[in-house]
Formats: sequence, structure tokens, C-alpha cells
Amino acid sequence: MKTLAFAKRCTKEILRDPINLGFGLGFPLALLLLLSAIQANVPVSLFEIDTLTPGITVFGLSFITLFSATLVAKDRESALLQRLYTTPLTGLDFIVGYMLPLLPIALGQTIVCYLFSLTLGLTFRIHIVYAILGVLPMAVFNIALGLLCGSVLGVKQVGGICGALLTNVSAWLSGVWFDLELVGGTFKNIADALPFVHAVEMEKALLDGNFTIAATHCLPILPYAAVATAAAVFCFLKQMKKQ
Amino acid sequence: MHAIKTTGLVKRYKKLTAVDKLDLEIRQGELFSLLGVNGAGKTTTIKLLSCLTRPDEGDAVVGGYSVTTQQKQVKRLIGVSPQETAVAPNLSVKENLELLCGIHGFSKEKTQTKIRELAAQLALDTVLRRKAGKLSGGWQRRVSIAMALVGEPKILFLDEPTLGLDVIARHDLWDVIRSLKGTVTVIMTTHYMEEAEALSDRIGIMKDGRLLATGTAKELCERADTDDFETAFVRIVKEDKA
Repeated sequence: MKTLAFAKRCTKEILRDPINLGFGLGFPLALLLLLSAIQANVPVSLFEIDTLTPGITVFGLSFITLFSATLVAKDRESALLQRLYTTPLTGLDFIVGYMLPLLPIALGQTIVCYLFSLTLGLTFRIHIVYAILGVLPMAVFNIALGLLCGSVLGVKQVGGICGALLTNVSAWLSGVWFDLELVGGTFKNIADALPFVHAVEMEKALLDGNFTIAATHCLPILPYAAVATAAAVFCFLKQMKKQ
Repeated sequence: MHAIKTTGLVKRYKKLTAVDKLDLEIRQGELFSLLGVNGAGKTTTIKLLSCLTRPDEGDAVVGGYSVTTQQKQVKRLIGVSPQETAVAPNLSVKENLELLCGIHGFSKEKTQTKIRELAAQLALDTVLRRKAGKLSGGWQRRVSIAMALVGEPKILFLDEPTLGLDVIARHDLWDVIRSLKGTVTVIMTTHYMEEAEALSDRIGIMKDGRLLATGTAKELCERADTDDFETAFVRIVKEDKA
């Protein structure tokens, strides 16, 4: 019950921040609209709605990292966490309380992206449901990364690292904006070693109903999600102890 | 019985000894003030007693439980209002109180009763639905104290509760703190002489992490051979320097 009380508070803090809503929902939708308009005038296979929607959905998750990191960093800089550390809340309550609300928010963001894409020409099929659920491993990675960054960085640093750097890294290395095969070499090798491009390819495969390919792309994401979660838990508990 | 008893409590931050062999006894039900200039070790003492940080040496028994080995039990007994305003800014005052009620495992009915009680006790009725982050400093401190009282603590820590408030807000908050007397043991830190003198049953004067003197305001004045409490404080602190 105490975990849920804290999780409820975190949900309210995130959803009542207009910047969160603007970036988290507004930006991916604006990108979908803009790139679809470009596609309508100058056809580019990369920006076809079936390819674009999975990419923008995964890109949108990088904002979940920003929400998560900002919330934790803000709480650490205010005295609220200090107060809560003197209550019966345990380290596990805090971690679950921070992570739990962001999963439905990530799913909600994905649902809105797919619904918007339907208005832009995406054909409705049951595979959309699988693709929506398929963001969960990557969502866990992004949420944990946010908790990790928020545990070690200040609010301003979080804005720079998660708001600017991570969103760009996530975009460049996911193959959303350009074909990674065209760049090739080390750049492609780095992209392949990271989870972003696999998350996009998994989404595309789920949308096509190709579950075997989806599973092969899911596998590289899982260790990232596990390691990020373990590192986030370690760093959060360490800073809690340091308090 | 003592609400708090510390024995040789030491806290170091690298080369700085923030609390230096603190031996302190606070009686049940009293309002005890820790008075000292900035950096005297008041806030670190509160952090040690509220299990926010661990002592490097010594121990403190809070409500019968050790802060080094029985933190869980200590946390069930205490309420803390930190120096900075510790409210969730995007939540209303009511939601802030509900958050603490939830953390303490209250039922829906008990939550509503508790909020009504605290709103009446701290005159929060008019701001219950307002966002906590939009309130003035004085109101935020009041909300902060209300949040600390949600868990029905036996021991309440107030760290610089009136710091930065204007004179009216400060006096309003003094009334709130006075109203708590007798119901809970209150440990308050302050560097305002008049605040310590007006509110406290006993006062402890700290400097460089050490406790220089304890007693009522009158006893401390007698010790420093003056009628003025501020002069007494200055003499006790300077006497130590000499």
C-alpha cells in the first residue's frame, strides 16, 4: 500500500508537468505528422507509415527516460526525499514507486502514437496490439536508465544528458532517420551493439506479424534492460545510503 | 524517561567533525531547542537522530530504540520537517497529506479523519485544494509540519522551521509549534535567539559540533551572568573560544 501511495504521487507529478506532456506526446506526434507530410510529397521508403510509426514509438521512449531522470533528480534536490527517507518506506518501495507509473505512461504514449498513425494511413490490424506490448522491454530499459541518471546527476545535468544527448543518440542509432546500412562501418557496428535499432526492428517485425524476427531483435534488448535496472537499483540505494 | 539519549555521538564528513562526542538527554514531552550559529552541527544532529545518516562513533537511543541497530523501529516513532520545504510541489496540500497517510498505511476513513484533524490543528482548511508548490514559504512550512505529524509521531524534529519567514509568518508558526507542546516531544533547531527563548522548555547551545551548555533560557542566562538571553548565548559561545 505504501509503495502504491508513492507510485500514485509519482504519476501525478509526471502527468501534471506540462513540459512532460508537451515533449512526451506532442513531439512524437509532430514528428509523425511532419515526416508523413514529407513522405506524401517526396516518397521515401524510410518514412512510410508502417516503417515510421515503430521508429517514432521507440524514439518517444527516450522521453520516458527524461521524465524518470528529472523526477528522481528533482526529488533528490528538494528535501522531499529526505523527509520520505525518515518514513517506513524502504529502498524497494522507492524503486518500484518510481518505475511502476512509467510503464503505463510508456504504453499510453505508444498507444497514442499508433492511434495517430491510423489517422495518417496505417492499416488497422491485430498486430498493432502486439507492437504496442512489444515496447515493454525497451520501456523498462528507458525507465531504468532514467532512474540511474536521476540517482547520479543533478536536474540541470539530467536535462543535458537525457534531454539532449540520449534523445539524439537514440535517434541516430535507431535507424529511424537514415538507413544504417548506408552509413555502415563502425557506426553500424555500434548501432547494432546498442538496443535502439533492435527495438525499432522488433516493433517493425511485430507490426508485420513476423514473430521469429521480433524475438531475435528482442534478445539483445533484454540484457540492456536487466543491466540498466540493476545499475539503477544499485545507484539509487547508494545515494539513499549516502543521504 | 528520556525520549532521546545520545552517548558519544560522532559524525565526520572527511576531515570535518560535524558532531563531536555529543552527550544529550531530552525528556519526554519537552520542547528542546538546539541553538547555534551556522555550521554548529544542529542539522547533522537531527539527521543522526532521524536515521538519515549513520554515526561514525557512539549511539543514540530514540524512543527506546537505537539509531544504529533499530532504524525501522525509530522511523515508526518519529516525524521530521526538514530545513528546506519538503512538499510535493505539483500535488495539492490534501494530496500531500494523503501521500503520507498512504505511506503510513492508513485506511481511507482514517486518512480522511487525519486530514480533517490536521487541517483544523494547523488551520489548513483554506489551502487544502491548492497546489503545495504555489503556496508562500510560511504556508509551505505549515504543510511540511502537518506532513510530519501524519504518522502520529511520539518525537517530532523541526529543522529551522521558521528560516527565511517574515515576522508575521514566523509568529503564526510559533503558535502552531506551541500547540504541539505536551502532545509530542519536539526537537527544534534554530539560530534565532528569540525563537529558542520563546518556545523552548530547554535549550542546548552547540558550536563546532559540540554541545557547550544545556538548560532553560533562565538557567543559561544565570550561567552567563546576564538577564539578556542573546548576551548569554554570545558569552557562552565566546567563552568556549577563549
